[in-house]
Amino acid sequence: MNDQEFLITEVLTAKVPAADRQITGRLAEMRHDRVNRPVLYIGAGTCGLVAGADRTLEAAKLYIREKNIDAEIIEVGCIGLCSAEPLMDVQLPGKSRISFCNVDASVVESILDDIFNGIVPADHVLGQFVSPLHEGWTGVEDIILLPFFRYQHRIVLANCGKSDPQRIADYIARGGYQTFLKCLNNYTSEKVCDIIDESGLRGRGGGGYPTGKKWRTAHNAISDQKYLVCNAAESDPGAFMDRAVIEGDPHLLLEGIAIAAYAVGATRAYIYLMADYHLALKNLRNAIAQMKEYGLLGYNIYKSGTDLQINVVVSPGAFVCGEETALIGSIQGKRAMPTPKPPYPAIEGLFKKPTVINNVETLANVPYILRHGPQAFNSIGTANSKGTKVFAITGKSASIGLVEVAMGTTLKDLIFRIAGGIKDDKQFKAVQIGGPSGSCVPEKQLDLQVDYESLWEAGAIMGSGGMVVMDENTCMVDMVKYFMDFLQEESCGKCIPCREGTRRIHEILENITRRPPSESGHEVLERFKGIMQLEGLAEVIRDTSLCGLGQTAPNPLVSAMKWFRDEFEEHIFDRRCRAGVCKELRVFYIEVEKCTGCVACLRKCPTNAIVGQPRQPHFIIEEKCIGCGICFDVCKFVAITIK
Amino acid sequence: MPVSIEDICSKYKQGSREALLSVLQEIQDNFGYLSEEAIIYVGRHLKLPSSKVYGIATFYDQFRFAPKGRYHLQVCSGTTCHIEGSMALLREIDKLLKIKDGQVSRDGLFSLQVVNCMGACSAAPVIAVNGEFHTLMSSADLAGLFDEIRKNA
Repeated sequence: MNDQEFLITEVLTAKVPAADRQITGRLAEMRHDRVNRPVLYIGAGTCGLVAGADRTLEAAKLYIREKNIDAEIIEVGCIGLCSAEPLMDVQLPGKSRISFCNVDASVVESILDDIFNGIVPADHVLGQFVSPLHEGWTGVEDIILLPFFRYQHRIVLANCGKSDPQRIADYIARGGYQTFLKCLNNYTSEKVCDIIDESGLRGRGGGGYPTGKKWRTAHNAISDQKYLVCNAAESDPGAFMDRAVIEGDPHLLLEGIAIAAYAVGATRAYIYLMADYHLALKNLRNAIAQMKEYGLLGYNIYKSGTDLQINVVVSPGAFVCGEETALIGSIQGKRAMPTPKPPYPAIEGLFKKPTVINNVETLANVPYILRHGPQAFNSIGTANSKGTKVFAITGKSASIGLVEVAMGTTLKDLIFRIAGGIKDDKQFKAVQIGGPSGSCVPEKQLDLQVDYESLWEAGAIMGSGGMVVMDENTCMVDMVKYFMDFLQEESCGKCIPCREGTRRIHEILENITRRPPSESGHEVLERFKGIMQLEGLAEVIRDTSLCGLGQTAPNPLVSAMKWFRDEFEEHIFDRRCRAGVCKELRVFYIEVEKCTGCVACLRKCPTNAIVGQPRQPHFIIEEKCIGCGICFDVCKFVAITIK
Repeated sequence: MPVSIEDICSKYKQGSREALLSVLQEIQDNFGYLSEEAIIYVGRHLKLPSSKVYGIATFYDQFRFAPKGRYHLQVCSGTTCHIEGSMALLREIDKLLKIKDGQVSRDGLFSLQVVNCMGACSAAPVIAVNGEFHTLMSSADLAGLFDEIRKNA
């Protein structure tokens, strides 16, 4: 029988778990634990595609066609090591899967020539997936032992980058959907809520609200219709955890949604996904169609009496859509503007019915908890923060990508042990956790553990998991200005403190980082007045905003002023940007020994700030310099530097 | 265009508010942007004032109100791209093509859109031209890229 029939009759509906050798053998083939012909895996998640994986894929296809090799090519999701992409893995029958990094289209041929002849190439080798079933490649490191992977604890990202996201058979062969059916047939929805409660799972979108409690509230509400909404409206700049899960392992999310819907009593589930996540949308729609084919959606699923339909709603895009009530408004065809709570969505939400809204990562943890039991989950992590968290480490770290670690891991370990420290041997300055709603954490606080309470006590937030690492060349004032620009752009406009307050803070920071050619006494006074108002303004915005966007808007500013006050004061009083980022505050200086008097810079200076005779060293008049940097670009003798 | 605005709207129930965003998305997928005519028509079909439709459409990031150029540039405004110099790229684009965010060049060849984080942070700063990514771009590379495009245009 074909794969579908086999899986439905022997695996999904079987009363006794599959232990028969024939079945386990076939399942092993579906998982590609055992292969009869070579398999090439190309990391084709969005981050891979941007790095050129689409060309790598074409090169691989061309290669096996030209050499007439009978091989399978699978496009997998992101394993997390984005800075090493494009990634290509090769699995030959009987040998362990070997992984190659930085595989541009131009090197595909030489790598495959080597590996198909049993030779390990000299370059581009990342590691191999060691397993007792396969013969290893000599001299190739176990990929799990690489510093990037060694300290991770992968529950949500377990299959990403390894399994085929477009085949439900692969997922079922790994135990997928059997947990869902176990819940339908053996547990009441009340019991499922209890299990999640016991596991200690908390909302991974940033709020950290106990998931079991939210489910139980909706479960206990009396209504003819309930909804489950998956919040995939990830729009934090620098956060792409949810995208990786949806692209790389959509069935994991769908199973989590199905179990959650059952626990809450929702017969309809919505996945609210950002419009620009094209690949995620495609893989998700494909996965849902496959679920339908296998009878896992619809009415009376596997004769359990439970109904479920899953719809994907494509969000036209707004950061504020991540807020629960705004999200609900958007699905209903309105502007995404938050509404006051209570009523809480769990009681009165979408179309005024009890609605549970959970983040993608929260839901992706659910199958594991129901499969292995709540203790397996709550034995990981700290006293109040159980389980793992996925972080997107970006910025100036040596390795950029996604990591999943147990709660309680220190920031120092995350940045220096796992992500390899700062690239180009620069100095660490700060790390921004939680995106534009988060805070910057300086070097002295690197021993902070990532868990909800520790971060809150330190004045930071977990956020959705975005971590931007900054080095000595980053200007903290400029970063705060960047975040405020983002926030005031994304503010829905409903309440004054957020709408006007974020704009006002942005204006004040613009004043601080700019230097108008001539400033009157009045303008200087305005600048100082603005600065003195900053802290008070931050407090008002935080205390009086309607929703999370406004309430957390002052965080970047407050934390930067706390830890990097001297940088602010340099900008304000000395009118200097030590990182050289705020262009208008730069003052250029000509080194007398190096200047040959070629008059190139003199000619190009837009404000005629450079004086000098031909063949004599030139001089820049500080008051006239606007810091544009044209002289710096034009000088062939490297005689111009920033003061 | 093979499909018309009327064809698209007729797929959605008249007066159904929930369909608003889907209708607008489908129109934009087909035409590349939302014209004034489209907004008025959608308003009539869904029994909403066109000012309301316009207000909702302009609230969201996805919707455009002017056609794209032949080569549509998207510059990522994510945090890592910002740190790696996306602002310098935007200044350079303004200098070379005389366009800012949301504008089309005089010759209709180029249009610019500053987009939210694409999540390709390891390749920062990121620019896409008609969906094709150009990564690790510096301002100096841009002039070369645009010349190349002009030659093949």
